[in-house]
Amino acid sequence: MIVAERKPMEEIIQMIAPYKKVLLAGCGTCVAICWTGGEKEVGILASQLRLARSNEENKIDVVQATVERQCEKEMVAELRDKVDGVEAVLSLACGAGIQTIAEVFEDKPVFPAVNTTFLGRPEGEGIWLENCGACGDCFLDRTGAICPMVRCAKGLLNGPCGGTRKGGKCEIDPDKDCGWVLIYRRLEKQGRLDLMQKYYPPKNFRAVKRPGKMQAIKA
Amino acid sequence: MNGKIVAFCCEHSAYLAADAAGKQGLHYPENLRVIRVPCAGRVDIIHILKAVEENATAVLVLACEDGLCQHLTGNVRAKERVKYSETLLKEVGIDGKRVGMFNLAANAPHKFIRIINKMNEMIKEQGEGK
Repeated sequence: MIVAERKPMEEIIQMIAPYKKVLLAGCGTCVAICWTGGEKEVGILASQLRLARSNEENKIDVVQATVERQCEKEMVAELRDKVDGVEAVLSLACGAGIQTIAEVFEDKPVFPAVNTTFLGRPEGEGIWLENCGACGDCFLDRTGAICPMVRCAKGLLNGPCGGTRKGGKCEIDPDKDCGWVLIYRRLEKQGRLDLMQKYYPPKNFRAVKRPGKMQAIKA
Repeated sequence: MNGKIVAFCCEHSAYLAADAAGKQGLHYPENLRVIRVPCAGRVDIIHILKAVEENATAVLVLACEDGLCQHLTGNVRAKERVKYSETLLKEVGIDGKRVGMFNLAANAPHKFIRIINKMNEMIKEQGEGK
């Protein structure tokens, strides 16, 4: 899933300062799971915006809507009636969702209310962990399905840097686990430690030509 | 009269305390609006923000004493939500002290009155608005 966090309130207020009626659009998928842009967060941010601009002279009208997936044009198109009646759109979806809404309604200015941060999964209540860098050249087969590009702060491909702290913590951030310690332990459990002995050449960072595009083969 | 005080009262404790206060003829400010909820854990952040939006000068969440919630963790959750609501209000330039969370038992009408009066005094001192 895509993880995002809400932008600071001052930044949001500044972005929509010139507008008196905005649509606050949420997304019911990834950002809803990471408590950033679902229906509930739309309600909270809308209320905050109304409170921040409660003076008569700069009063704001916030229209609220949440679609199931803001990264799909068909679903975003359902917002047409609401978008027609506002001056601008403030989106709580990830970058893909924000760009979709901007593409569907090209005549309306669209503003991001979140910073899209990483691809990850829920680790515990209120905690999300980055797992995948979407590099396009997956080599999880060699690392016990733990990605060192993401889990190692230095993105090393051939073992730890040598600065691993006691307890298997990262040299850079003692609150985080050393990715290579995790890999070693996983491979040890699987009896595949021989993979640690192998040398792997530098990674192909051009595996995905940006912007990435994929054409599915129709059956 | 001061601005409105909205009190979300758990029906197992604070609401009964408010009721008992009424039956005992204890006086409490006329600007108080009591909202009965099945559990303090039912009060969500949006309810608190909406109350402030609707011109409540103070919002109280009154829950059961620690460890005595009929739904086990309703009062704990309410406490966290109130704390977070304070942060959200501060973000938009509103004093977080306008939101408060207190624990009390059903047989504590005097404590109920004390809480309400204290909040009333506080908003009187600070004046209405932001």
